[in-house]
Amino acid sequence: MNTSSAASHGHGHGGGMSLNHFISTYVFSKDHKMIGLQFLFTTLLWFIVGGLLALGIRWQLAYPWSDMPIIGGRLFSAEGGQISPEFYTTLFTMHATVMIFFVIIPILAGAFGNYLIPLMIGADDMAFPTLNMLSYWFMWPAFICIGISFLTPPYGAGGGWTSYPPLSAVRTAAPGSAMAQTWWLMGVTLVGISSMMGSVNYMTTIIQMRAPGLSMFRLPLTIWSMFITAVLQAFALPVLTAGGFMQILDRMLGTGFFVPEGLIVNNAAMASGGGQPLLWQHLFWFYSHPAVYIMILPAMGMVSDILSCFARKPIFGYKPMVYSISGIAGLGFIVWGHHMFVSGMNPMLGMTFMVSTMMIALPSAVKVFNWLGTIWGGKIEFTTPMLFSLSFVSMFVIGGLSGIFMAATPVDIFIHDTYYIVAHFHYVLFCGTAMAVMGAIYFWFPKMFGRAMNETAGKWHFFLTFVFMNGTFYLMHILGAVGFPRRLADPYHYETFKHLLPMNRFITWCAIGMVASQIIFAVNFFYSIFKGQKVGRNPWRCNSLEWFAPSPPVGHGNFDAQPIVYRGPYEYGSPEVDTDHYPQTQPPPEGVEASGDGH
Amino acid sequence: MGRFWSLLFLLVPVLGVAVFVFAVVPGGVFDNHWLPEDISQHGKVIDDLFMFILYLTGVIFIVTGALLFWFCWKYDAEKNPEPVKFTHGSHTLEIVWSILPAATLLFIAVFQMDAWAENKMAYPTKEDGQTKKPPLALVTGRQFEWRITYAGADEVIGTEDDLHVVNDLHLPVNDKVVLRIQSMDVLHSFFLPNLRIKQDLVPGMQQHVWFQTKKTGTYDIVCAELCGWGHYKMRGRLIVESEDDFNEWYASALQEQNRTSLNAESDD
Repeated sequence: MNTSSAASHGHGHGGGMSLNHFISTYVFSKDHKMIGLQFLFTTLLWFIVGGLLALGIRWQLAYPWSDMPIIGGRLFSAEGGQISPEFYTTLFTMHATVMIFFVIIPILAGAFGNYLIPLMIGADDMAFPTLNMLSYWFMWPAFICIGISFLTPPYGAGGGWTSYPPLSAVRTAAPGSAMAQTWWLMGVTLVGISSMMGSVNYMTTIIQMRAPGLSMFRLPLTIWSMFITAVLQAFALPVLTAGGFMQILDRMLGTGFFVPEGLIVNNAAMASGGGQPLLWQHLFWFYSHPAVYIMILPAMGMVSDILSCFARKPIFGYKPMVYSISGIAGLGFIVWGHHMFVSGMNPMLGMTFMVSTMMIALPSAVKVFNWLGTIWGGKIEFTTPMLFSLSFVSMFVIGGLSGIFMAATPVDIFIHDTYYIVAHFHYVLFCGTAMAVMGAIYFWFPKMFGRAMNETAGKWHFFLTFVFMNGTFYLMHILGAVGFPRRLADPYHYETFKHLLPMNRFITWCAIGMVASQIIFAVNFFYSIFKGQKVGRNPWRCNSLEWFAPSPPVGHGNFDAQPIVYRGPYEYGSPEVDTDHYPQTQPPPEGVEASGDGH
Repeated sequence: MGRFWSLLFLLVPVLGVAVFVFAVVPGGVFDNHWLPEDISQHGKVIDDLFMFILYLTGVIFIVTGALLFWFCWKYDAEKNPEPVKFTHGSHTLEIVWSILPAATLLFIAVFQMDAWAENKMAYPTKEDGQTKKPPLALVTGRQFEWRITYAGADEVIGTEDDLHVVNDLHLPVNDKVVLRIQSMDVLHSFFLPNLRIKQDLVPGMQQHVWFQTKKTGTYDIVCAELCGWGHYKMRGRLIVESEDDFNEWYASALQEQNRTSLNAESDD
């Protein structure tokens, strides 16, 4: 909190910038803001890759076995421009892998967690800046591993992002199960190591480094959700890491954790055996179900902050919000079995998991009601970040409600592994999280770069994305109701699904529109970094601590004055003051008791 | 612009409900875009539960969507002259909207337990692991085909009189059928959309499915768990036929199987 040392750390403009200075500022930086931006740019680049892979999947489902326009001839010259069935399996495997491990998790925790946590709690930096730097640079070996996996025929792993053995563990079981799968496993394990470094840092920072007066119940919900997410990461990740190593051992050293006795693959009997394929599913989902909440809780936190700011009204039910985040996290550890209702797991166990899964809908419902309560009676400003946040609420309702179908075990028998579930998780992860992330970028962009993004372009971007994504994902519910299965390169040779081709064509064109709409965002983003309208410290008239710092915050140290906190972050429209916002750092007027812990 | 955005959010429940109505009601652009024909005795329970949850969630979808629209419309900063309602929440409301969904969710949870038990837990097996009624056939998933072995007259799989077929599963209609299912290599999933049956095949595990058909016809057997590059083409046919047709087919298939081997010997 030493302001003089913070100022002296400022950028060394003016004189010639040495190479060492460049590297320590922009490459191996220990400043949480730079690391956050590194995560942001990297994940946005991977977002493009993941989006293009999705278009590959959509192309095959709309025009199966037909030449892919423009790029098909170059990519698949051996197949005459067509997607081969083995390449199709790698398309959906890599799409999910990239989106989950390289986009959603690192953009929430890595980019926004890093950038916002110290600023919103009034700290100079993270508790462990070097560890923080390493958490970013451990992503690179993961990128390289997945990159090599991409370059190993059949150009990516093909076992699905869930990588169920024996398909994934037996090297001869599929073209994508050869070396590409080993590189994939190592990549995913390295992402885990990076996340673990981040989560330890976030927990310590939030517990230890809050500004004077900033009690836990005065924290913005963004920080609460980042905190709970870090706890989830720390406790769930070791299980995935262990499982990943076990599968690598099965593949490389011939152990038999997941490979059962008496397997005959491609007419060849397998040497190893004695394992249990379901064990992997338990280990995988013990991490990957909490990971679903790792991928949504920070988005919920950021949306809460944005909604309250642009409704110009305190968040409705602050403490119930905190408790429901904690409730989701707690229950999140005992619902993983709902991915395995028809897997062959003991059906008695399925019944227990069904009850816990039903109950996890409760805290989600409470959050939705509180968001509606927040905008009720406010003065809503329809800025771009607000539109994205409102759409998060609208879309999360769909994603949440469709989850109840899957939670009901008898219904799940029918819709498991169909497009119903594809619709469900895209409503949560794309229409929910990705939209919240977009809103958050528009919202915190002025703080990151000292300039605002263009509002008109932002609204066009929102409008087109909103329309096209609903066109893409909503009809997938209908496909799922027919029983249309996931992960099939050509479902149309089944009599049951033959007539679904026109609907799939419509979905594909909406998906193309959705991806194309992101060009507006990309142009706006880069244009605004350099030419956007300059803004001051607090362009949105917001209460929380990051807006007390200059835009962008000064060098290493963030604040030019020590923030002292008098109240919670949601005191909009308070009768204590004349302005419609009441920053956390503003001392109360004479004779007024400090208030607003949010209850 | 607040008006425009409010209406855009109103379109979500309006179009959302419309799509489902078009899909559920027969005829029109979405004809046959709903749960496929159910030819099983137990499937109705699953379909009814699906519809029950659809109506229930539909109400919540409409109410929350309408509220979101109305609040955006009414409290638009450009149009709303009233001051902000400065409140941090309501204890009563929190309790109400915690208890109501909790009770509803618990109700669904308990309500559906019987259907689940009936489908997956009422094992037709005895203490020693043998099925109460001997399995009619063994279905073996293999990359990328369904190998079907009928137990034959002695009702034991793995004996001389077994009938071996690939991909075509013939069944007598109206009969209670028990099938043993297993996988030879990787995970597969035995999915009969028209019978609301889905069960992953785990290599190394002994598993059974049981059901009762109520209508003759030819239906799809779908592999619903990723099993490799040819997963998409692992298609089987389920042929449900009358007792007589089934017996006739069975006899001729068995004759065919035996004749092939006899011919091979006589050629020497």
